[in-house]
Amino acid sequence: MSTKKKTAWNAGLIAALLILLFLLEQVLPSSSMLFTVLKKGAIYALVAVSMNLLNGFTGLFSLGQAGFMLLGAYTYAIFTIPVESRNSVYQYFDGGIIQFTLPVPVALIAGGIVAAVFAYLIGLPVLRLKSDYLAIATLGFAEIIRAVFQWDKLGPITNGSNLLRNFPSFRSVIFPFVAAGICIALIVMLINSTYGRAFKAIRDDEIAAEAMGINLAHHKRLAFVISSFFAGISGGLLAMYQTTIQASMFKSAMTYEILLIVVIGGIGSVTGSCISSFLFIACSEWWLRFLDNENLYIGGFHVPLLRPGFRKVVFAVVIMAVVLFYRQGIMGTREFSVEGISNFFKKKLSGKKEKKGGSSRE
Amino acid sequence: MDWLSRNLPYLMAGISVGGQYALIAIGYTMVYGILRLINFAHGDIFMVAGLIMVYAATVMPIYIAIPLMIVVTVILGFLVERVAYKPLRSAPRMSIMISAIGVSYLLQNMALYVTGGLSQQYPAIPWINDTVTVFGATTKRVTIITPVLTIILVLLLVTLIKRTKIGMAMRAASRDFETSQLMGIKINSVISFTFIIGTFLAAIGSLLFFTNYTGVTPTAGAMPGLKAFVAAVFGGIGSIPGAVIGAFIIGICENIIKGLGWTTFSDAFTFALLIVILIAKPTGLFGEKVTDKV
Amino acid sequence: MKKRVLAIALVTAMVGSMLAGCSGKSSGGEAGTDAPAASDGAKVVKIGVYEPASGDNGAGGKQEVLGMQYANHETPTVEIGGEEYTVQLEIVDNESSNDKGPSAASTLVSAGVSIALGSYGSGVSIAASDVFKEAGIPAMGVTCTNPQVTEGNTHYFRICFLDPFQGTVLANFANENFSAKKAYILTKLGDDYSTGLGYYFKEAFTGLGGEVVEETFQEGNSDFTSYVTSAKNAGADVFFAPVSTEAAALIIEQAAAQGLTIPMMAGDTWDSNVILNAAKGKDVEIYVTTFYQEGGNEEFDNGIKEWINSDSTAKANNGGDDTIAAVTAMGYDAYYVALEALKAAGSTDPAKVNEALWDVSYTGVTGKIEFDDVNGDALRDTAYVKCANTESGAWDFVAEQGVN
Repeated sequence: MSTKKKTAWNAGLIAALLILLFLLEQVLPSSSMLFTVLKKGAIYALVAVSMNLLNGFTGLFSLGQAGFMLLGAYTYAIFTIPVESRNSVYQYFDGGIIQFTLPVPVALIAGGIVAAVFAYLIGLPVLRLKSDYLAIATLGFAEIIRAVFQWDKLGPITNGSNLLRNFPSFRSVIFPFVAAGICIALIVMLINSTYGRAFKAIRDDEIAAEAMGINLAHHKRLAFVISSFFAGISGGLLAMYQTTIQASMFKSAMTYEILLIVVIGGIGSVTGSCISSFLFIACSEWWLRFLDNENLYIGGFHVPLLRPGFRKVVFAVVIMAVVLFYRQGIMGTREFSVEGISNFFKKKLSGKKEKKGGSSRE
Repeated sequence: MDWLSRNLPYLMAGISVGGQYALIAIGYTMVYGILRLINFAHGDIFMVAGLIMVYAATVMPIYIAIPLMIVVTVILGFLVERVAYKPLRSAPRMSIMISAIGVSYLLQNMALYVTGGLSQQYPAIPWINDTVTVFGATTKRVTIITPVLTIILVLLLVTLIKRTKIGMAMRAASRDFETSQLMGIKINSVISFTFIIGTFLAAIGSLLFFTNYTGVTPTAGAMPGLKAFVAAVFGGIGSIPGAVIGAFIIGICENIIKGLGWTTFSDAFTFALLIVILIAKPTGLFGEKVTDKV
Repeated sequence: MKKRVLAIALVTAMVGSMLAGCSGKSSGGEAGTDAPAASDGAKVVKIGVYEPASGDNGAGGKQEVLGMQYANHETPTVEIGGEEYTVQLEIVDNESSNDKGPSAASTLVSAGVSIALGSYGSGVSIAASDVFKEAGIPAMGVTCTNPQVTEGNTHYFRICFLDPFQGTVLANFANENFSAKKAYILTKLGDDYSTGLGYYFKEAFTGLGGEVVEETFQEGNSDFTSYVTSAKNAGADVFFAPVSTEAAALIIEQAAAQGLTIPMMAGDTWDSNVILNAAKGKDVEIYVTTFYQEGGNEEFDNGIKEWINSDSTAKANNGGDDTIAAVTAMGYDAYYVALEALKAAGSTDPAKVNEALWDVSYTGVTGKIEFDDVNGDALRDTAYVKCANTESGAWDFVAEQGVN
């Protein structure tokens, strides 16, 4: 398939997806859980892809994602709360000290930039650390950021540990899809560029990469900063989705959740991260909820064991099963693409098994 | 004297918490030493030990409940290794770690399901739960016992590792996993044994911890687990004395920070301390320097 | 190859079930909202219960739900617009967590409830507020006392008193009864109830010429010994800790172990048998402000005790005994206020219920409930002060306190 044709196919698919979403919104009541899942799923897809850029493509094991999301979310919220409602939001701090607002897209990008700047500063010392030490150091920084944002001396800016609310949010499911989609597309472009190839070289063998003339420190920092930038943006989107935010939401458990999504999707697969984030959110928020219902009958049979909390046990068991039996995750390092599908069907039709091919891998 | 009685409680609390962290940290550090695995589920096993005690104590006398709790916890630790980590021995390291996160998630959610999400009151164990007065500061007896017991257990463990055959096998496995296998060491039993010791100490730690802080919740293991892990990294992960010293330092510093009134930062400070150490000494206080082989 | 098949199968399964799910949901939604309005015989009205069953406030949330369940057990039907409807409680767990709350609330919205009750905590109520607002469903806070819950909202009501009131009551009480000059305030970071009540207590207490020492703790902290030591060292006269019951039990235990002799005070969260159990047999002095004092209404007390004792799940949810928590009484009243609103609206349409709520007036076991015209807050001017009897493990009534 030629590149041109591929692009056309991809563009067509994206357009079809957006039209489908638009139609769904017209047809279904807006209260449907489907939209909750789609909105949150799109946001988690972005943060999972940004984490994948670090863990999967550059081989830097970082657990700081929640911290960078916090930075993005707070920056977005602080700069978009309407001036007239600041007095009620910052009720203990006389309305706070920031008395202007930025337009939504600007504030989102500002969130990304703040996260990126922090990442740059944090990266200076910690990126020299290796594997697990890097992981625990970044996790530590996320915790430190969380504590600093809860400090009441910073209250006039951050509202202390209290909720931030009343900032603009989105109603349509199209918005997070477009925003996350643009960001993911940018990440994919980066991965396919010279930088991306350098990242993968670093992942595969640092010393060999260095010998090939790749500046390790520079590229690691770049990957870290870019990943944090997009984590920041997804934090802003998450704030919009949640409609209220608070530093205490961004715990290390959130990072673990994202890491689970990345691994279930396949480390080193962008589409894998996207698919698994939708599956993950749908399972945890929607599909399994019936398990919490104590009085569930199938026919005349009273299903035993069901009571609040059972859903989470089942969910955890499912995750364990996936981790144990599909070590490579849903997609491995492959990508889901038009070419892959068309090859797949072609092969099915011709009935010939080729050794190589199938899903394309950039 | 007045100064002492005012500030001694902070120090005592710090040493006591440090001892409890140390008992958990040993589990992290030993498993890491052999498998290079951050066993994220360790903190949750510690919590489950607490829950087992809560339920055991309702149906049987304390002196039976305690050994039973230890045995059941050890079996749990053994099973977790066999079910969740062993099948992944040849898989990439990330997979095992994710499996550990999965186990942690599962244990927490099981606990949530069983307890219904409510905090469970830990049974009061006679004698160690009594209140005593030291230099004008009142506290529970367990606070005094913890550091002593910790040090005795650590000395026993060090002797075990230094003097016995299985200890030698453990040292060999942590030095070089593949070669030790070639030398005829039964690696699976060594790993199982490591997990058994780790969970045994965690069970003792949970007994001491929850006697002091009596509420057992599904997430009760998360923070102590994370702190203990930080302590293990701080001391140089893989090193037992390092983990113990790291745990005491972190426990004491944490309480001093609280005593100074910087309560918002008590957790953050632990991490800040860790990061400073890692920057100065990238493998922790007592960690071995690793050189990359090309 | 196998992986690819799997991946494709998964994707198809996902898309398929999403579509199946939404078609199912949409029809469910219609059954919930439209069908009863069309009054074609489907006579079920759904009341959403948005309460924590796990997490920090799980214990309190469960007791609050008990009140509603008992009320539902007592009065399972309501007459709306001349027709008899069966009331169905749709209960979701918001996990005491501000980030899990909104999706729990969306579950209620998609179940098609006419009104939502809850929550126990203030933070989760604020977090879910916009979800209810967007769906046009009125919500009624039961024991969320932070002013921000209803402020500037026309869809959020509440039947309890507010923190500025409660904080002032507590500060006055500390000042009058213990002639306290210095208070130690311990609050939990990221808990809007805790920070809010701590703030208003401080305002009122310093207004009376007192001095305060403030400290905070992080979520997941279970070591409170240093805090107790700091309170002692600061020479405080009262220890004020408006925190969840989970942390409270730990604080009481450790305060007793360290021989803290000053009185401990807290707000409505501490009015729970968790606290009584923790304090039983220990040398501590505990005072709380609350909404209801057991014995306030004999009929209700006896009825609910009988019900709790006859139902093992209910008893377990109440913490294993039949002590009546104020939040249970509040939950009970909330249910009846919701029924009043449904009756007054004459319809199960959430928008009409919302309008009708403004004018509801109902006298429940916790007193008369009416809403003000600005935010939809209950007009309440008294709080009960109780003291934990550490010998019998029950609450002793101390005073009825208002603000003058």
